[in-house]
Amino acid sequence: MSKYTEDDLREELKTKEYEYGFYTDIASDTLPAGLNEDIVRAISLKKGEPEWMTDWRLEAFRAWEKMTEPEWANVKYKKPDFQAISYYSAPNSKPKYDSLDEVDPELLDTFNKLGISLDEQKKLAGVAMDVVVDSVSVATTFKKTLSEKGIIFCSISEAIKEHPELVKKYIGTVVPKKDNFYAALNSAVFSDGSFCYIPKGVKCPMELSTYFRINQAGTGQFERTLVIADEGSYVSYLEGCTAPSRDENQLHAAVVELIALDDAEIKYSTVQNWFPGDSKGKGGVYNFVTKRGLCEKNAKISWTQVETGSAITWKYPSCVLKGDNSVGEFYSIAVTNNFQQADTGTKMVHLGKNTKSTIISKGISAGKSQNSYRGLVKISPNADNARNFSQCDSLLMGNECGAHTFPYIEAKNKSAKIEHEATTSKIGEDQIFYCNQRGIDTEKAIALIVNGFSKDVLNKLPMEFAVEAQKLLEISLEGSVG
Amino acid sequence: MLKIENLHARVEDKSILKGINLEVNPGEVHAIMGPNGSGKSTLASVIAGKEDYEVTKGKIIFNNEDIDDLAAEERAHKGIFLSFQYPVEIPGVSVTNFMKTAINETRKAQGLEEMPAKDLLKLIRDKSELLEIDRKFLSRSLNDGFSGGEKKRNEIFQMAMLEPQLAILDETDSGLDIDALRIVANGVNKLKSKDNAVIVITHYQRLLDYIVPDFVHVLHNGRIVKSGGKELAHELEEKGYDWVKEGVNA
Repeated sequence: MSKYTEDDLREELKTKEYEYGFYTDIASDTLPAGLNEDIVRAISLKKGEPEWMTDWRLEAFRAWEKMTEPEWANVKYKKPDFQAISYYSAPNSKPKYDSLDEVDPELLDTFNKLGISLDEQKKLAGVAMDVVVDSVSVATTFKKTLSEKGIIFCSISEAIKEHPELVKKYIGTVVPKKDNFYAALNSAVFSDGSFCYIPKGVKCPMELSTYFRINQAGTGQFERTLVIADEGSYVSYLEGCTAPSRDENQLHAAVVELIALDDAEIKYSTVQNWFPGDSKGKGGVYNFVTKRGLCEKNAKISWTQVETGSAITWKYPSCVLKGDNSVGEFYSIAVTNNFQQADTGTKMVHLGKNTKSTIISKGISAGKSQNSYRGLVKISPNADNARNFSQCDSLLMGNECGAHTFPYIEAKNKSAKIEHEATTSKIGEDQIFYCNQRGIDTEKAIALIVNGFSKDVLNKLPMEFAVEAQKLLEISLEGSVG
Repeated sequence: MLKIENLHARVEDKSILKGINLEVNPGEVHAIMGPNGSGKSTLASVIAGKEDYEVTKGKIIFNNEDIDDLAAEERAHKGIFLSFQYPVEIPGVSVTNFMKTAINETRKAQGLEEMPAKDLLKLIRDKSELLEIDRKFLSRSLNDGFSGGEKKRNEIFQMAMLEPQLAILDETDSGLDIDALRIVANGVNKLKSKDNAVIVITHYQRLLDYIVPDFVHVLHNGRIVKSGGKELAHELEEKGYDWVKEGVNA
């Protein structure tokens, strides 16, 4: 990735089709379609979970049954038939590899197509990978280095078995199982995901990274992530997604919970590139995600996201600023092209005194897409001297797309200071001609302008992720002006 | 170097250029003057290849090649540079990054490798010294919040970096006070050589006190109605454009 050149980019720009649209043919072990208590039990059983986990899932399932799908978001789509989805799929053999030579060559080929082969990843200093292919972890690297520091970084299934006390104590504490329709669904059927625990006072020496993949036709992907940063610790966590192209819509409903105890800091960065559907609006992933972090005293959580994929995105990474002096940040770039729809933003809930939050949202709309920012800043009565700064900028390309901003503010404490700024701009023909005249062609000019527009957020990403994110921005807007 | 033959061009349904003939050779400075609406800026845009304009008749030959079918960026790659009357702002893109992209895209079109960072930095240092530009300026977003003078200096800085064969300065003097005008003109003079050429488009004679032309052409109603040496500019300053218009109409 570090050697990525503009020539590589040019090659990629020539590819009109979604380039990560391939499918790995690994024999899978799949449950029949449909959802009921037996299926929930079967998932739990297949994963060899203890009884408390099974019961937890069942409680979530029963709550979900009584809930209805939310309709307030500014997106239009045909609702998924939840009884037509298979809720579990895993590669049928589950070897743990000592070296890459033992890994299924077809899987390696998948990684190569993604440009993130394990081989390459191993060389990338400081990045540990917990690769999730279709719900089950098949390879983990750098575990040893981490374990020397007492850091636990494993799949959530493994954590349920090996560290039940931690999982039991924290799972569902930030995103309760009945929080919302999709969170309840996820709590009932989550297949796998990542677990991370940083002990007291430990600074995690490397970026922790997970690549999620949807791989099996017609299976939903229900990832569950739990990150716990104990007192005074620090961790930077990277999450990146790609998915093979498919005709039917694929449902993705993940839950991410972050817990930052006193004086701890969590940076959580996402590059999301699920299949967005083709240029006619056919196919694409439905991405309904619940992400939330809890900050105790003096703690800090930063969410950074670059969203270029998915047909429908419904996602509001949020911070509950419970402890005094805690800090929440949200930096987002959301790109929509063709028929994509995104309704994304954040919630900053100020409970403690002297809490601070920052929101920087950059929406880029092209084609016939709709891009909405939806944000809530809530200052509770006890949150003295709370401060928020929000900035929402929209960039439009062409005349058929839409940008919408829905900022909500609830301030119940008079000492609160809340600032909101918003701008909307268009890429002008004059800007393009100016670039052309300097020898920069239109495609490259758009990339340059978009990268400039997104700079404040791109700067927040770890280096190697920033390169990938820029590349994605350019690819997702390919052919959007003409 | 540049040969324009009987050039007609229109934007939408409005014909603006109605038979321009012009020849520019290496080492020459040409001034194109004329009243508002005479087609000066259109001529600059048409040479640079702006798509809004349609060439309906005639040719533009650059280094013995008809460039009518070339896109604006391809003309730039061949060494045509336009200093804009109203340079656009690109927020978040630094002057340095913009120049790096422009230089490398041009090199790529010429089949060359990207310029090594070390060489690029040296080039930036040399050119900013030549034009007395504070390098802090180069890390600012392109034209974003620049004063009128800064924008025009930035245009000349880009010209210095790209080293074009033909530079067209479109009303570079507009909106400049006398000090800024002198700085910009000095920059252009330093970049002049026997191998390149400059076309200065201006409404007023004052810029021509600093950038002294070899030829002056007067544009009126889409045609060059009078050509001469540098003294023609002074004559225009004294007598006004009506003098030329009358000459045509008579």
